[in-house]
Amino acid sequence: MKGTNLGEFEELVLLTIAALISDAYSVAICDELEKYTGRAAKLGVVHAVLNRLEEKGLVKSRMGEATNARGGKRKRYYEVTHAGKVALTRSKEVREALWRIIPGFNLEGSV
Amino acid sequence: MKTTAQKPPEPPRWARNLLRWYCRLDLLEDLEGDMNEYFERNLKTKGIRHARWIFVLDALKFFRPYTIRKPKFLNLLIHWLMLGSYFKTSRRSLVRNKLFSAINIIGLAVSLSVGLLVIAFLTDLLSYDLFHEKRNRIYRLLTRTESADKSVMDLASTSLKAGFKIRETIAGIEDVSLIRRGFYSDAKVSDETIIPLEATWADPSFLKIFTFPLLKGNPATALKEPYSLVITEKTARKLFGETEALGKTVRFDTLNYRVTGVLKDLPKLSHMRFEALISLSSMLGQKADSDGGIMDWNNIYQNYVYLTLPENANLQAIQAGLDQLCAAENALLDRQKINLSLQPMDTIVLGGRLSNEIGVNIPLPVVWTLVGLALVVILSAGFNYTNLSIARSMRRSREVGIRKIVGALRGHVLGQFLAESVIISVMALFFSFLLFLFLRIQFLALAPPLAEVVLLELSPRLIFYFLLLAVVVGLAAGFLPALFFSRIQAVQVLKDASTLKVFRHVNLRKALIVIQYTFSLIFITATLIGYRQYRGFLSFDLGFTTENILNIRMQGNKSSLLKKELAEIPAIRQIATSSMITSLGSLYGTQMKYQDKGGKDSANVWQNFVDENYIPLHRHSFVAGANFKNRPTSGNETEVIVNEQVLKRFHMADQNPAEAIGKQVIVDNKPLTIVGILKDFHYGTMDHKIEPTVFRYSSDQPGGYLNVGIKSEDYPAALASIEAAWQKIDKVHPLKAVFYNEQLEEAYKQFEVMVKVIGFITFLAICIASMGLFGMVVFTTETRLKEISIRKVLGASEGGLIFHLSKGFLVLLFIATLIALPVTYLFFDQFILTKFVYHQPIGLSELLISVLVVMVLAFLLIGSQTLKAARSNPAKVLKSE
Repeated sequence: MKGTNLGEFEELVLLTIAALISDAYSVAICDELEKYTGRAAKLGVVHAVLNRLEEKGLVKSRMGEATNARGGKRKRYYEVTHAGKVALTRSKEVREALWRIIPGFNLEGSV
Repeated sequence: MKTTAQKPPEPPRWARNLLRWYCRLDLLEDLEGDMNEYFERNLKTKGIRHARWIFVLDALKFFRPYTIRKPKFLNLLIHWLMLGSYFKTSRRSLVRNKLFSAINIIGLAVSLSVGLLVIAFLTDLLSYDLFHEKRNRIYRLLTRTESADKSVMDLASTSLKAGFKIRETIAGIEDVSLIRRGFYSDAKVSDETIIPLEATWADPSFLKIFTFPLLKGNPATALKEPYSLVITEKTARKLFGETEALGKTVRFDTLNYRVTGVLKDLPKLSHMRFEALISLSSMLGQKADSDGGIMDWNNIYQNYVYLTLPENANLQAIQAGLDQLCAAENALLDRQKINLSLQPMDTIVLGGRLSNEIGVNIPLPVVWTLVGLALVVILSAGFNYTNLSIARSMRRSREVGIRKIVGALRGHVLGQFLAESVIISVMALFFSFLLFLFLRIQFLALAPPLAEVVLLELSPRLIFYFLLLAVVVGLAAGFLPALFFSRIQAVQVLKDASTLKVFRHVNLRKALIVIQYTFSLIFITATLIGYRQYRGFLSFDLGFTTENILNIRMQGNKSSLLKKELAEIPAIRQIATSSMITSLGSLYGTQMKYQDKGGKDSANVWQNFVDENYIPLHRHSFVAGANFKNRPTSGNETEVIVNEQVLKRFHMADQNPAEAIGKQVIVDNKPLTIVGILKDFHYGTMDHKIEPTVFRYSSDQPGGYLNVGIKSEDYPAALASIEAAWQKIDKVHPLKAVFYNEQLEEAYKQFEVMVKVIGFITFLAICIASMGLFGMVVFTTETRLKEISIRKVLGASEGGLIFHLSKGFLVLLFIATLIALPVTYLFFDQFILTKFVYHQPIGLSELLISVLVVMVLAFLLIGSQTLKAARSNPAKVLKSE
């Protein structure tokens, strides 16, 4: 059932790629994740997730232009595919559906 | 160096290469870029060291299944196809450079043979006790005894009581077997055959725990009944010849034993060895009444307990049970604590040092020393290979260039040169194997006990290890040269081979030479120091004379009988009796009590029972008093002669010898009067301090020795007449007579063995290092021949040229000397010689001689080659350009 379920971190990475639009490459994704979640995102972990997302067909990548930075190495930019968008929407819908059936008072005390 | 200083700091090159090596190509570029970006970022925030460290960690952490490059089978296939070509070119290059091939192959062969010997030795040690079916579940009970003055002793032996208690009280143990050593007696089969036999008492579980198969008899009952005897095949043949042994009776002393089993001969690699087993019940029945002490909790010196645990046994619970048992029993002991623990059987042979070891035990430091020595010699030969191959790389760089142009990848070239070095080392293995067969005989002959410990026999497993060693050595020696060749740029070498940076690795090569010579110097100095110490031990003034004294073991005969026979031999000067021979390492102690106005005091003293002739014969010198006056024929001793240390230990008579005469001491509950005080002498070996020692009187020592002073120079004749005299009193046992000086040599035999082994290794190390140096000198002078010719044409003198050529090498030797001498000196001064209370100082001569030997050798090598080069005709050399 590859591609149908999103892990929590996978979802976060996918959302970050979508948010960064055309500037989504691994280091930027790491920084963005750190900024929003407040937890340290290790390159190794993010890299592995990006690789998995691409295998699942949820993102696609292209190489950028070579510059003087990064020791002359090109960046790999990621972009959410149609399947990726579908997966994101679905997981959002699932969440919202669940949120809707939670009675309001259940959470009031703990917020 | 100037250019790199201005470059921006870079991530560690090796980590980047590692990443490039394993990472899939499609992932590599952006991954490396990411890591670079992080590196630059860390550089600013955390500093260079931290940034490099993180880079290395990342390079290692990215080694994951999804990043690894899949191996290319095509490349492997090419290697396989090219093997023939590699082989051919390797052979040609070997034949072309005869000198260098010889240096490499001889060096590797010699050093590998040492490696083979060590491997065979280790394999044997690790194969001990493998024949026991339950070997993984067999444990031995160890004892640690701690006395009131905090001296601790670890023993392999234990008490019988511990064994019985464990069997009764501790759960979770499958079988417990109790053994006791120390049965020596003459086995009388018939009136004609009386054979001395050494046996071990064992209980019925013994045959259950250990896999010693019975050829005849029932293993369940063979050791059950009292006076049962189980003998090995060999013993059976000795006792009964070819006739059936089972069921026969053997008489020991006054008791009849029945043979209830015949064991298959013991495998040689068994840590436990015996000729015969006697049922433990026979001993318990016999001695229980006469000597109640045998079942005491602190009777821990002669008994051994082995046990088997079930699979997945709970060792902690068993240890807790042992601790509980010890606590309960120790409460009843006076000023002594005994603790028990379990030792797995596979750590018995290659384990720590324990007192009262039952059989074979090789201390780990000995093994590590051997492995270390072999490793150093092999490394040294490997260094030669690395050095010479890189140095001569110019000759083969064209070949590599062409290979690369035809299509070889870096990996292929790497493979080719690794294959070549492996081929050479396997060739060397062949020669080293022949050497090994020879060395094996020499090694076993080094010390007779060694032949008892190891077999060093060939087996398929051993041959496999040998091959493995050769391949590993080949790979290790060839790695750096192969790496060097694989980096060669094809275009560059084909255009102009001289642009190749042969001298780029000069520092590496220099370092290797320095290491080789440092080790050579350390070895030779160690040998000289060791030899000097060994000679020192033998010629040491023990405080008494050992010249021309023959010690005869009485083997149970009455001394007076033999004395009477020997008295008629004219060559014999004097005859004395003693219970033991001192200064050889064996100790015999007892408690001595002394009561003074200050109070009571008791201490351990070493003792020897002697007669009135002993002290004059050995020329011990009296500080005060004189020899024994009261000379009772049996027991009833009243006098004792002590050494100066006794006065010191007991603060007797303010250490005034003259006043101490006549004082009373109590030894073994007997009041004895001090009649003489001897100057301190060595009772123990050189590693022991002189301690309080006493001589007690006894005119007859059937279990001891007769010390015979011989005056004639004709030793064979004297020995022959002693032999004849011995024959008259004892027909069963052969005469055991050894000169005191020979016994001393035997006692320090281990040092002789050590000096021989290290001396041999030294010889090899120096030979290998010299060959390597020779190779390098030949190479350097060859490549610099033109330079030399030009210098000569411009007017350089021969002496000046020799100095110019050899300068570099001499500096290296000088550095090696500066490292080696202090290291050796400190090592011996701080670690080795401190273990010997009485030792020779390290002389300057040992240090200087070793330097001299190595330097003279090196001068000869360097000098001969540089002289040759300096004398060459410059016209001839320069013409050929």
